[in-house]
Amino acid sequence: MVTPVPGVAGGAPARDAAALAAAAWVALRGVKDPELPAVDVVELGIVRDVRAEGGAGPVEVTITPTFSACPALHVIEAEVRQAVATLGVEARVVTSLSPPWSSDDMSDAAREKLRAFGIAPPQRHGGLIEIALDAPVRCPRCGHPDTRLRNAFGSTLCREIRTCRACGETFERFKPL
Amino acid sequence: MTVQPAAPTLAEGVRVALIARLTAMGDDELLLGHRDSEWTGHGPLLEEDIALANLAQDEIGHAVLWYGLRQALDGSVPDDLAFRRDPEDFRSCLLVELPRGDWAFTMLRQFLFDCYEAEALPRLARSSYAPLAEAAAKALREELFHLRHAGLWVQRLGLGTEESRSRAVAALERLWPELGGLLTPLPGDLLLAAERALPDWDTLTAATVGRARQALAAASLDPGHDPEVPEASGREVASPHRVELLATMQSVARSDPEAVAW
Repeated sequence: MVTPVPGVAGGAPARDAAALAAAAWVALRGVKDPELPAVDVVELGIVRDVRAEGGAGPVEVTITPTFSACPALHVIEAEVRQAVATLGVEARVVTSLSPPWSSDDMSDAAREKLRAFGIAPPQRHGGLIEIALDAPVRCPRCGHPDTRLRNAFGSTLCREIRTCRACGETFERFKPL
Repeated sequence: MTVQPAAPTLAEGVRVALIARLTAMGDDELLLGHRDSEWTGHGPLLEEDIALANLAQDEIGHAVLWYGLRQALDGSVPDDLAFRRDPEDFRSCLLVELPRGDWAFTMLRQFLFDCYEAEALPRLARSSYAPLAEAAAKALREELFHLRHAGLWVQRLGLGTEESRSRAVAALERLWPELGGLLTPLPGDLLLAAERALPDWDTLTAATVGRARQALAAASLDPGHDPEVPEASGREVASPHRVELLATMQSVARSDPEAVAW
């Protein structure tokens, strides 16, 4: 329910740039990665910055790709623009490569959602990617750590395929990057 | 509207040299990615079919990175560079243009290119030209997966059966000299190295050859003497393989010049 503000045409609520940016962050929680519909782009860590130039916009959103050849990025860009546009302001999307996205940028909540979705989340690696790549991976179905790599590449650039020796489940793992 | 960060202001000579280097880098990635993609649906195992399709997608994605940096310098559109440019205007090297051959040939080629990238990208990530440094740092993370994969295949082929080994030896014999062509500096590279936009090329060449030799030795493969790095780059010449590859790759785009998407 929007309370009309006296003196503002159309009764739009008066808001400053910070309030608009905060509203944009909330709206972005509704944007999912089409290849990972379980998590939103904010918890995935690919929204780098949101800036509002004033209470009436425009809003500039800086995003970064997970993998540079990720085909989902164009869809994500369009959906980010749409989400911000629902606030009634103009949206601009800027792509930044620096610093490169790391799977460490993914929130704990996102990791848990991936696991529930059936994808083993990436271990936190602090830059030691090769060690994390070869570390034991728990089966997202039964939790057993005795799983083996079937294929270092999978259905999307960010995943590999593994099989659990305990329960027999074949599953995908989000690669540490 | 998607906003790309504007390119920093550069001296004209540096700008021209950077455009040439970025074009060569993009063309190498695009053509290698295309040759890899020719295996899609024809891989020896489903897993390997999927793996190589991933590698191809990464390489083509990296071509878009380098073409995008060029776009910031001269406004050229990556799709036009890929699909509406004539073979004589490409600046790819023969290593990536050669037909895909057998599985050993494809894996050895990918491996040699990955060795080069494993040495080039960390150095490019320290480029004085910030957009190049940022893109190289991004690509570097992804290339780790390539070198691990291709390196394992080199070992399987070299240490596997008599047949796998003979195929690996034959592939290496044809490919090893072409590593020199990949590593040949362009006329403007010296200027870029002086500006610290590019690494020292002799050091990069030695490191690439050294890395490849070490991994090949672990697979009991000996490439013989170092590849000759020619004085002049052969990239200006449109090889029959480049012409054939582009005729296939560009056929859809060229069948309807007015099309904006397909």
